[in-house]
Amino acid sequence: MNRMTVQSIASATATSLARAVVCRGVTKDFGEGDTRVQALRGVNLDVLGGEMTLLVGESGCGKTTLISIVAGLLDPTAGEVTVLGQSLRHLRGRRLVQFRGQHIGFVFQQYNLLPALTAAENAAVPLIISGRKRAEAVAKARTVLEAVGLGSKVNSLPSQLSGGQQQRVAIARALVHEPKLLVCDEPTAALDAHSGQTVMQLLRRVAVQPGRAVIVVTHDNRVFGYGDRIVHMSDGTIERVEEQTVARGS
Amino acid sequence: MNWIALKMLTGNRAKYYAIVFGVSFAVMLMSQQAAIFAGLMRNMTSQIRDIQGADIWAMDPSVEFVDDLTPMDDQAVMEVRSVPGVAWAIKLYYGKARAQFQEGNFKQFIVLGIDDQTLVGAPTQMKLGSATDLRKPDGIILDENGYRYLFPGQPIRLGRVFEMNDRRAEIVGICKASPTFQTFPVSYTTYSRAVRYAAQERNTLSFVLAKAEENRDPKEVCRRIEEQTGLTAMPQDDFSWKTMSYYMRRTGIPVNFGITVLLGFIIGASIAGQTFYLFTIDNLKHFGTLKAMGVGNLRIVGMVMLQGSVVGVLGYAIGLGMASGFSDTMKWLLRDSGLPSADFMAWPIPLGTAAAAGLIVFASALFSLRRVLALEPASVFR
Ligand SMILES: Nc1ncnc2c1ncn2[C@@H]1O[C@H](COP(=O)(O)OP(=O)(O)O)[C@@H](O)[C@H]1O
Ligand SMILES: [Mg+2]
Repeated sequence: MNRMTVQSIASATATSLARAVVCRGVTKDFGEGDTRVQALRGVNLDVLGGEMTLLVGESGCGKTTLISIVAGLLDPTAGEVTVLGQSLRHLRGRRLVQFRGQHIGFVFQQYNLLPALTAAENAAVPLIISGRKRAEAVAKARTVLEAVGLGSKVNSLPSQLSGGQQQRVAIARALVHEPKLLVCDEPTAALDAHSGQTVMQLLRRVAVQPGRAVIVVTHDNRVFGYGDRIVHMSDGTIERVEEQTVARGS
Repeated sequence: MNWIALKMLTGNRAKYYAIVFGVSFAVMLMSQQAAIFAGLMRNMTSQIRDIQGADIWAMDPSVEFVDDLTPMDDQAVMEVRSVPGVAWAIKLYYGKARAQFQEGNFKQFIVLGIDDQTLVGAPTQMKLGSATDLRKPDGIILDENGYRYLFPGQPIRLGRVFEMNDRRAEIVGICKASPTFQTFPVSYTTYSRAVRYAAQERNTLSFVLAKAEENRDPKEVCRRIEEQTGLTAMPQDDFSWKTMSYYMRRTGIPVNFGITVLLGFIIGASIAGQTFYLFTIDNLKHFGTLKAMGVGNLRIVGMVMLQGSVVGVLGYAIGLGMASGFSDTMKWLLRDSGLPSADFMAWPIPLGTAAAAGLIVFASALFSLRRVLALEPASVFR
């Protein structure tokens, strides 16, 4: 399938739902000269709100690089990236940092919780970052923890939780400030099959909302069934995009 | 964000304690050694500061510090008196004498001979007896520490008799005197008697103590004394400083203390600095996560600086507390021994160690921050 077809499929569907992320001709090179690696070679991608988009492909094909650019953590070498209607090219410095803090939620493979903070405090961090009072932020974080089924663990430290529970805390943290874009890099890779399924179900149930786009990077084909759209990447390009119907709450 | 920074700090207990330990170790060693140095310096000038009432010290020009005596002819006191602006001038004998006790043992004393008539320069803090008792025959006043040193474990009482230079001396008073550098007992007697206690010398006048007339600048009067008499004259404080500066220049004392203080600084700074750095490296991933989630570099700097300030203040307080605890313990242990305690927390010491502690944590924080600030937010996904 050539690039034109991919793009026309993507834009045909995009008309019906708001396009949360638009990438056009995005390339990313690492290094220079002989050591230059072309991690992305002209990516066109639309991510729609209200959907879960899976970004799949073998290791090293550029998935992490692509979501880093989409999340405003990395500058593309060339191309245009628009997130929530905002061209990232024009967002610099503090405004970019604020934009990430306000509108984007992050879930990491290794959970990245602060070990000294309780589950509720960890989940409250994005609200603290946006300047909310501690008590208020923690109270809100508790309700989100209840929604992810950890109401009884709000005062536990990460070290007292299983991997699956820690990832649920991380999901609560990623959602507590109600971001319009959620970016997850291999959220199930460090988990056993059962916990991985639980985490994907949770993302489906609480993260996918009208007006919020969810991007999940994975190379775990056991979880492919959870995506509304599966973007297959290979060697820095998008190979094909699959659409599938997923029952809500599955 | 501040409480998060603090929880990150206190949550990493081992490193937290190690950093605080490093800072307090440095502060303790630096302030304790500096206080002992200051105490020694102060003790070197005790005999100068303990003489009250006169504001000018005149002496032979060759004198470099208080124990460096070049006796003058008694005539010198007359010459000083004749200088305009001098209200009065008296003789001071300052010297050492060997005292022989009934048990047959000998002890060196500092003997201060003060003006027979006015008793200017007599001790101001008496434990037993009074300064006017010096008018009694053979009367001397001994300082309390000296008494305890000479008569260990015996009750403090008057009337003990011993001999100096084969002449009878009787203790008629016990006073408090500042501890001396050489730790000799300090005794006070009249000038005329002191001269007899001392070994025979042609000249006996150690210092001329003078007072400037009211409304006269003592410095100006000193200048006139020097002009007119050829002696050296200076205010009491200047003579203290001259004495201290002599010891500082001519002995290894400041260098040795300086080395210990520097060592305390270097060891403390390397423990604190290295651990702070490792602590920050431990947290690099978390700082990266916070950066990705929307914490700007400025706030990261604030967090690290806050962590640094907390360990700095804590370490400083503990270190200074340990130093003064050590000093109090020493004083308590020495309370009945007659040994002087040589430490003095002069006000620049807590200030200086505070600055050193601040420097340690500030430098550590800066050093650690380089890594945090250089961190790419995209590194969270790696
Ligand atoms: N910071 C970097 N410096 C150099 N090369 C990088 C860097 N990040 C990624 N790469 C390279 O870019 C390519 C894509 O990496 P990545 O996006 O992490 O792939 P994936 O997430 O699909 O496994 C790989 O060849 C990787 O080695
Ligand atoms: Mg990856």
